[in-house]
Amino acid sequence: MKDTPLSNCERDFLLKAIEEKKRLDGRQTYDYRKIKITFGSDYGCCFVDLGQTRVMAQVSCELVTPKESRPNEGIMFFNLELSPMASPAFEQGRQSELSVKLNRQLERCLRNSKCIDTESLCVVSGEKVWQIRVDVHTLNNDGNLMDAASVAAISALCHFRRPDVGIQGEEVTVYSPEERDPIPLSIYHMPISVSLAFFQQGTYLLVDPCEREERVMDGLLMIAMNKHREICSIQSSGGIMLLKEQVMRCSKIASVKVSEITDLINKALLNDKTARKAGGRCGFAESIPQERITALKTDQTSVEMTGVGETVSSIVQTAEAPPQKVPSPLLPVPGVGQVGEGMRNTWGVEEEEDGDSSGGDSGEEAVKMEEEQHKEDKSRKVDVVEILDSEEEEEEEEVVILYPETTEKAKNKGSSSGQKGAATSRKQQKK
Amino acid sequence: MMEVSPSENVSLREFGCEQTLLSRPDGSASFVQGDTSVMAGVYGPAEVKVSKEIYDRATLEVLVYPKVGLPGVRERSQEQCVRETCEASLLLSLHPRSSLTLILQVLHDAGSLLSCCLNAACMALMDAGLSMSCLFCGVTCAISTEGEIITDPTAAQEKESRALMTFAIDSKEHRVMMSSTRGSFSVQELQQCIAISQKASEKIFQFYRDSVRRRYSKNL
Repeated sequence: MKDTPLSNCERDFLLKAIEEKKRLDGRQTYDYRKIKITFGSDYGCCFVDLGQTRVMAQVSCELVTPKESRPNEGIMFFNLELSPMASPAFEQGRQSELSVKLNRQLERCLRNSKCIDTESLCVVSGEKVWQIRVDVHTLNNDGNLMDAASVAAISALCHFRRPDVGIQGEEVTVYSPEERDPIPLSIYHMPISVSLAFFQQGTYLLVDPCEREERVMDGLLMIAMNKHREICSIQSSGGIMLLKEQVMRCSKIASVKVSEITDLINKALLNDKTARKAGGRCGFAESIPQERITALKTDQTSVEMTGVGETVSSIVQTAEAPPQKVPSPLLPVPGVGQVGEGMRNTWGVEEEEDGDSSGGDSGEEAVKMEEEQHKEDKSRKVDVVEILDSEEEEEEEEVVILYPETTEKAKNKGSSSGQKGAATSRKQQKK
Repeated sequence: MMEVSPSENVSLREFGCEQTLLSRPDGSASFVQGDTSVMAGVYGPAEVKVSKEIYDRATLEVLVYPKVGLPGVRERSQEQCVRETCEASLLLSLHPRSSLTLILQVLHDAGSLLSCCLNAACMALMDAGLSMSCLFCGVTCAISTEGEIITDPTAAQEKESRALMTFAIDSKEHRVMMSSTRGSFSVQELQQCIAISQKASEKIFQFYRDSVRRRYSKNL
């Protein structure tokens, strides 16, 4: 599905507004949209709302063998999925340019900045290390997916707890959360990406562009920074030329934003921790707002028992009737299918009698004849393909018995009853 | 014949729903059943790829995204179950040569995932304002090793169960639109599960009704 196009007048209007230092949603130039961080009920699940933009991150882990070049380091894996839910322009299963760009930026922001102690993820050097996998799903794209994804990913990593492991000699035991408390990852710092959009060849600058602004921007500068004001990655795209002073100013803006967001993440983590400690319900189910008319929630409801018993019995009784009317389909011999509905297959019946009493010559022979014809037809067909020069009947039969029995059986095992029937009758003839 | 003793387990976990929570899709909903939650988004009717075009009705595409990793065989089978149910209830012939896309994102799986997917899908389709011949809902029943029937089982109950069945039930006549089963069970047990699911579906349809009434009301 194509994205809705942006009309020229919309574009002109947006650019005019930006020139006048106005934004569609009433923000100031350096304002972020409202950020909301919620955690799921299991560890390592985080939802981030950045205005209307919404992403979800889920961290998972598994034990793998490490890379040969780094035998005592855990592996970090990031996967940002541009789900078609987020925007009609995103297609399933296709690596778009945007998806590659965002994935790469997320990796540079979180893996290459060494914010996570990968050595602490080693269980047995050279044999077993933890692989931490971060899946970021985009749910709604209203611009600035990168910032939302980076906040979601780092919050999820902070929230995540991996199972404890015990090593006795050679044996590695992974303890379930009930046996031993799971362990948080050791995180050195929290890099957060801040996006700055440039308009009119770098004349105007906006922080946290929304989707409409992203469409009319000339260039984008993404700065990943931690609260110690250390730049973890910086990327400029769109091909605009920036002055040194501009970049410096952007990094200053970023540092302010990053410290704000870091505080917010820490606050959210603390809130979640206290909620978990208090034993109250936490998670996504609790985050459904109650005050909206679009949302509704019910308590646990028991299905009315009074009626159920009667309906069950009545339905069972009425449901039992149909099988008596319609003769149940017969499965004459295991592996033999029946053609048609409710009709007794004469082939099947004959076969059944065959197995049971090995008698019934008169009826059986007729079938045999039929089957023989079948077989001969088949053998001829096979013959034409396989052996062109053989003309004698006996030789032909030889070939049929030896060759197609193995190949045809292997090719379509029991797919048609005719073939199988032919094969069995052939065996009888041989006897 | 085994008599099913209506147990205390025949209850539905608390469930909730929020509609129109995403700005981009034409219709969206998130459905929560206990801890299980699924988010659904619908796009359409929109233009369709020529290769997928059907001349007399709309093409419905259902995508299920798991929480961890990429969609696999399990997701494909869920997609098919949901798609067939939606196709049966949607009036697709009203929108010929167009596409409908339904995307389901699993937010948390704590049992009865398929029924939650179905409920979220129905809510999202309602939110998108698509014409349907009837509404549908999903109910999951588990039969424990003792032969007890549990509706809306949790993940732990699902694991211990002998058989697991999910039915999609329509709102008009409470008939079964789709069934997906796992494990072994007798005909009687199947009928009992269907009967219980039909009973449970009334609760869910009442919830649908309440949420729509609330949505179009002037006050909370």
